[in-house]
Amino acid sequence: MIDVLYFSWLRERVGVSKETVDTTAETVAELVTELKQRSDAHALAFEDMTAVRVAVDQDLTEMTTTLAGVREVAFFPPMTGG
Amino acid sequence: MTVRVQQEAFATGAEIDAFSVNQLGAGAIVTFSGVVRGDGGITRLSIEHYPGMTERALQSIQDEAVQRWSLTGALVIHRYGVLHVGETIMMVATAAPHRADAFAAAEFLMDFLKSRAPFWKKEVRPDGETWVEAKEADEAALNRW
Repeated sequence: MIDVLYFSWLRERVGVSKETVDTTAETVAELVTELKQRSDAHALAFEDMTAVRVAVDQDLTEMTTTLAGVREVAFFPPMTGG
Repeated sequence: MTVRVQQEAFATGAEIDAFSVNQLGAGAIVTFSGVVRGDGGITRLSIEHYPGMTERALQSIQDEAVQRWSLTGALVIHRYGVLHVGETIMMVATAAPHRADAFAAAEFLMDFLKSRAPFWKKEVRPDGETWVEAKEADEAALNRW
């Protein structure tokens, strides 16, 4: 089981800020493929992957990152701090 | 070395004074603060963040600044929640024996804070709300460090 978090307009499109998923995905990219199937809202959120960034266990990382032992994956657009 | 992520407003002057008083050996104190602009009729700015990762990311950016420059201290305060035009969003302060390190570290902290700290800003206007988009220039600024 992995906690999936959404922020900013991804959160607005999916409709939830967090969901716990039972997944067999081995990488973040595979998880995205699974998540897109969950609903039209999910598919819309992940429509343009060039606009999506990911953190795994709170470290910014790539879509190819493995999910072995991971507790939390977060999806969001490029950060706009400051 | 202090990082604070908070909803509450802070008094920039008081924070600078409190920070400076503790910087033994520093001949230079540099500060930057970011303020909500009143661009095109913004009524408020809504800032979302990733609790847990925000503090971690800011601490990591600050740790790197301390490693690269001779700092006696550094302070980052960043707000989240609803802010109004003219309010201070965040501040950065650095202290060093001499000004070159204090200036460089402050600029480094700002460049990384713009693109690597998990905040997302939404501009609210009378006719609607828009998520602020990250600028390519901000991402590009990271490369010079």
